[in-house]
Amino acid sequence: MSGTRLLLKGGRLVDPVAGRDGEFDLLVEDGRVARVGKLLPADGAEVFEVKRGWIVAPGLIDIHVHLREPGQEHKETIASGVRAAVAGGFTAVACMPNTDPVNDHPGITELIMRRAAAAALARVYPIGAVSIGSKGEQMAELGAQKAAGCVAFTDDGRPVASALLMRRALEYAGMLGVPIVNHCEDPSLKGDGVAHEGLVASRLGLRGIPGVAESIMVDRDVALAELTGGPYHVCHMSAYQSLRAVRAAKDRGMTNVSCEVAPHHFVLTDEALEAPVRYDTNLKMNPPLRGTADRDAMLDGIADGTVDVIATDHAPHHADEKLVEFDNAPFGIVGLETCVPLVFERLVHTGRITLARAIALLSANPARVFRLPGGTLAPDAAADITVLAPDAPVTIRAAALASKSKNTPFDGWQLRGGVAATIVGGRIVYRNEGL
Amino acid sequence: MLKSRHLLGIADLGPDEIALILDTAEAMTEIAARPIKKVPTLRGRTVVNLFFEPSTRTRTSFEVAEKRLSADTLSIAVAQSSVTKGETLLDTVRNLEAMAPDMIVMRHACSGAPHLLARLCRSVIINAGDGMHEHPTQALLDAFTIREHKRRLDGLKVAIVGDLLHSRVLRSNVQLLNTMGADVWACGPATLIPADLARFGITVTTSIERAVADADVVMMLRIQHERMHGHFIPSTREYYALFGLTPERLGRAKPDVIIMHPGPMNRGVEIDSEVADGPHSVILAQVTNGVAVRMAVLYLLAGQEGEAD
Repeated sequence: MSGTRLLLKGGRLVDPVAGRDGEFDLLVEDGRVARVGKLLPADGAEVFEVKRGWIVAPGLIDIHVHLREPGQEHKETIASGVRAAVAGGFTAVACMPNTDPVNDHPGITELIMRRAAAAALARVYPIGAVSIGSKGEQMAELGAQKAAGCVAFTDDGRPVASALLMRRALEYAGMLGVPIVNHCEDPSLKGDGVAHEGLVASRLGLRGIPGVAESIMVDRDVALAELTGGPYHVCHMSAYQSLRAVRAAKDRGMTNVSCEVAPHHFVLTDEALEAPVRYDTNLKMNPPLRGTADRDAMLDGIADGTVDVIATDHAPHHADEKLVEFDNAPFGIVGLETCVPLVFERLVHTGRITLARAIALLSANPARVFRLPGGTLAPDAAADITVLAPDAPVTIRAAALASKSKNTPFDGWQLRGGVAATIVGGRIVYRNEGL
Repeated sequence: MLKSRHLLGIADLGPDEIALILDTAEAMTEIAARPIKKVPTLRGRTVVNLFFEPSTRTRTSFEVAEKRLSADTLSIAVAQSSVTKGETLLDTVRNLEAMAPDMIVMRHACSGAPHLLARLCRSVIINAGDGMHEHPTQALLDAFTIREHKRRLDGLKVAIVGDLLHSRVLRSNVQLLNTMGADVWACGPATLIPADLARFGITVTTSIERAVADADVVMMLRIQHERMHGHFIPSTREYYALFGLTPERLGRAKPDVIIMHPGPMNRGVEIDSEVADGPHSVILAQVTNGVAVRMAVLYLLAGQEGEAD
């Protein structure tokens, strides 16, 4: 990347951290932001013409993706996952440790980082397991994992069920300055549930998972975060009771608590399970699609600032694994390439949030919560940039996704707002030729 | 004629279609009364009974119905072992489809399994019970039996008592009886009431006395012992004490109340033997009517083969 110069010319630059929103050119030199200003001269730099109406934003960061490698390469590989990431506008992703074997060891962290470096598209930040094998029994060597490159710890896919382990993890990770991220779900209340407990599950005869299965653990974790002062982040929040718990924590001044919401939880409700296709396994995710009150609470939390981050919980599964009875299908949908259009369509174009807030939820805030570089286009920042086309019509085509898996419920959806280009370290790694 | 080419659930049927099935079943009862109980209606047609869950009663009833209509039938009890061998439901059915059956009657432990097949297979699919979702032919035979005894469905008070949570019979019956204008009451322990059941448009209570009071029909549901590991009830003894249909409780119902049960019964758990075998019981009539109703369904769906979905 050294020696290269790139000038993004035209367009509207929105950088919530720098407090900048207006027509600016942006000059990149040696992979970093060199200058932001009006009508900058090209001086031999490669020129990227940013079309009228397009947005130049700090590179988007998704702190919740499953890249499946090592161990489940038939679903996704690090290489295919980062292709999907940049196609979705993400310049960086943090990948979950529930690989096979679990990323509970520096050797696996290093392998992931090597593969990511070889793919050379989006930046990849590994997340380590809280406990060995994510079994919830013995704490993993968090210090060694951090030294190897892990940016956070979680047993995602599973909750940290033991309150004692959670307490110790928060204390220990607090010492290291790294957040503990919890998949909140009381195992006994979840049982063998497959859908949100409510009218729809009752009608369809699906075993329910109540919203409190999630919030009861959020409540517990907030109490432990208060006790320990450790940095705590709630994964893929879905229930209105969980949002209430996080809001109360923030209201009493707890700055060490943060949370994320996935697009499907602010776009869809459990009613989608009934129509147009009943029992569509591409609507089976954990936490499940919840009721209208929950969906609306997520929208409110996004608008009022309670929600810190939008993260996709990109969970690729092979088509054969989803083409089974609803009970037997794995939980999860792909999300990297559908996130931006859903955020534009449901949050920005509806006027629920400003464009700057949307960008903060997708770049500055994830960077802050996980203490990552990026999230701003101030001079000398890494030149990780996403060029957005807010008014571009987008039709989601599952078959055309860059991800190795196509398990999305949004196939065929026509939305407004897409990604024009993705630039990582000053290098254009994705360009939407259709725009 | 029926709008859908499959019978996946009562939810898909309108009142006219339900009435059509019941009227057709009425005509079918006459066949059972003949010395030679067979008509050529489905001659040359192949029906596969695919049971992923054990069920003597429903499977036998379908088999008898198919044979009386002269269909070629094949009954397959798919042991859980084929699942552990790694074959998917879809593979199993595609293998069967390669032998060109016309209809598949399917029982499966997972809700929605027949819907998956209906989407992906050529054959006409008849749901013979899917998980906790629907058991449409049971509800139809129940309605037929009620109509046989009460001459109508609308305005009747029907109390459904038992394990509501796990019951596909409940879900199908509620939809059918609601559609046909009955006043439906559902009663069971609080631990066995599905979330938001009252929003099905019925009255929900935990008092069997209230449910049974002035009822025209009392429909008992089986306590599913095999599912009782989730702290649902403390013991079957306590269940009988609180929810068992005893002669005393039955005394609160209308004098001409009928007692129904989809079987198999747990005597002394959900129902007292004296009630099960008493003059109000129509439990065996339900079994007899099951054949006629299933003949009607097979006949009506066979008539639509080849038509677009």
